[in-house]
Amino acid sequence: MSGASPGSGADKRNDTLPMNSITASESPSSPSPSSPSQPAAGPRARRAWPSTRAWLAAGQWLVTLLLCAFLIVPVVMSIMAGLTVNYFRGVSSGLTLRWLIEVWTQYHDSVWLSLEVAAATLAITLLTGVPAGYVLARSKTRFARIVEEFLVLPIALPGLASALALLVIYGGFTAFRMSPMFIVVGHVVFTLPFMVRAVAAVCASSDLRTLEEGAASLGASFFTRFMTIVLPNARPGIVAGALAVLTLSIGEFNLTWMLHTPDTKTLPVGLADTYASMRIEIGSAYTILFFIMTMPLLVAMQWLGVDATGQRSASKKRAVSSAKLDDPQ
Amino acid sequence: MKLTSVPITLTQCAKTFRGTRVLEPLNLAIGAGETLVLLGPSGCGKTTTLRLIAGLETPDAGGRIAFGDDDVTALPIEKRAVGMVFQSYALFPNLTVRGNIGYGLKIRRTPAALARQRVDELLGMMRLSAHADKPIDQLSGGQRQRVALARALAVQPRVLLLDEPLTALDARLRDTLRGEMNALLRELGITTVYVTHDQAEAMELGDRIVVMSAGRIEQIGSPRDIYYRPVNRTVAQFVGTINRLAGERRDGMLTTIGGAVPLPAPAATHGSVNTAASTAPANGPHEIFFRPEDARLADPASAQLRGHIDSTAFLGERTRLTIGGAAPEPLVVDVAGRIELARGTPVGISIEQDALIALS
Repeated sequence: MSGASPGSGADKRNDTLPMNSITASESPSSPSPSSPSQPAAGPRARRAWPSTRAWLAAGQWLVTLLLCAFLIVPVVMSIMAGLTVNYFRGVSSGLTLRWLIEVWTQYHDSVWLSLEVAAATLAITLLTGVPAGYVLARSKTRFARIVEEFLVLPIALPGLASALALLVIYGGFTAFRMSPMFIVVGHVVFTLPFMVRAVAAVCASSDLRTLEEGAASLGASFFTRFMTIVLPNARPGIVAGALAVLTLSIGEFNLTWMLHTPDTKTLPVGLADTYASMRIEIGSAYTILFFIMTMPLLVAMQWLGVDATGQRSASKKRAVSSAKLDDPQ
Repeated sequence: MKLTSVPITLTQCAKTFRGTRVLEPLNLAIGAGETLVLLGPSGCGKTTTLRLIAGLETPDAGGRIAFGDDDVTALPIEKRAVGMVFQSYALFPNLTVRGNIGYGLKIRRTPAALARQRVDELLGMMRLSAHADKPIDQLSGGQRQRVALARALAVQPRVLLLDEPLTALDARLRDTLRGEMNALLRELGITTVYVTHDQAEAMELGDRIVVMSAGRIEQIGSPRDIYYRPVNRTVAQFVGTINRLAGERRDGMLTTIGGAVPLPAPAATHGSVNTAASTAPANGPHEIFFRPEDARLADPASAQLRGHIDSTAFLGERTRLTIGGAAPEPLVVDVAGRIELARGTPVGISIEQDALIALS
């Protein structure tokens, strides 16, 4: 495009030199200092391209790696801190499992409690959240939309506020207040929306409604349809919701901090305790423990989730059967 | 396989969704064993009518639906013993082909051995035996369609309801399956209501066709009635292609730009509702219609109408000519495929008198 038409070249010169180039623009064929340089600029720019791109790519890598480092280094440092003999003297002081063992002996009750609370929370959200999500997705009334809005409130409000509300109303029931169920209730309030939303999304989207009509046409009552058609086909949503509920429950701190008693310390509360009152190495070892405990859970749930939707197996099967699809028989 | 069939009667069935009338009060009697096709453009109320019969919708107050002597108006679909094939098939992705076909039998607690035998029989009938244990997502469109049909038939329904069952398939497969479906429905002898917007399907499958438009029944009749004796323009224009000759009526002739056509005597119009034709003054503006295949090319000197070729379209078995200059609107005439005519060629056309259709 450079210097392709004399008219455009003249216009360009006119733009760049508005004051003194009137004569030049009147006679576009007259040689001007800029026109011979323009064809030369083309090849040079083309030669410069690969290196520019290489620079860009290098820059992108640099930014990406720096960002990753920014996020990962503290995690690595924290893990290392939990394994070194003395954090302030650094790794040169030697590596040890002493802190981990110490944390386990002092806080293994928290591990079990956290798991129990998470399991109970999951059970309750499954029993209430799945039907609720289904009904909300089905209902077109204004009331259903209002309920949906209210369900999200515990996420929007600080956990502190929900916890205070629970304490004010139920704090007086001592047995309840002292039991892990009190924390479970808090966690249900906080995690239920995630289950309901995940299930509602699946129920609202897919052609679940037509599937149900199909089942009904074959004589299935509502309960049978729900058990044999709705639940199996809503499984991706249910698994996604369950994953969210479990991880949120295990990691929940705000609300749990307010609700816990010395006997009902969950993992995150214990973590805050150790950092606040013990050596940094113990706190860091606690982080490792947390990590070791939640990772298998997350991986298991993720694996289960992918498998449950049938997406992993389906994509494989689709590749196999794609040839057969052309065959009308 | 032979199924018992019942007649279906709809009495004053209307349907209103959120204050919008989608179906005007409708009376319909479907004979036992009859295949009735509901035909119409989308939004004409045909699917709503089917869903009323199925029990997926309830008619507005006053409407009544009966299967034989059995008033089913208040029964939900699961108690009506109908077989339904959905446009999307609604096959259960969590079950295999066998699981889908056997679902209804399982719900009815049919003894396992009997259920297995029935499913095997249907698998054989639908040529699906080789695919019995595959999940649904491994089947082709045509196979899915047959699974859906087998699943609906497995429970030996009183009535078979089909909601555009071939629409999701490509054209060639649709043609093949249409033939198969026709043979199957004749063999089963079950009362069938078939919804479609495809006139070829309606013509081939229907004992009678109900043409619907804007929530109303326009005409009920045999495929031939609908095609050759449409009662109004909506029907005539929706089913097939139709030409309009507008002109001046004088002495039993319709005179238009390219010539004159003798009009049929009022009595000869096959009893269709041609109030406009019979009450119109003997002289004055008038119009008459005919199908593209009912006109033939004739020597321009002796032809009823003279015009010229505007365009031709070779369609294989026939050539479709568009002829200008013969009537106020271009006329479409179908001739044998081998006839080749250049654009602008002067032509004459003649139309059999009893092929002329008078419409209100």
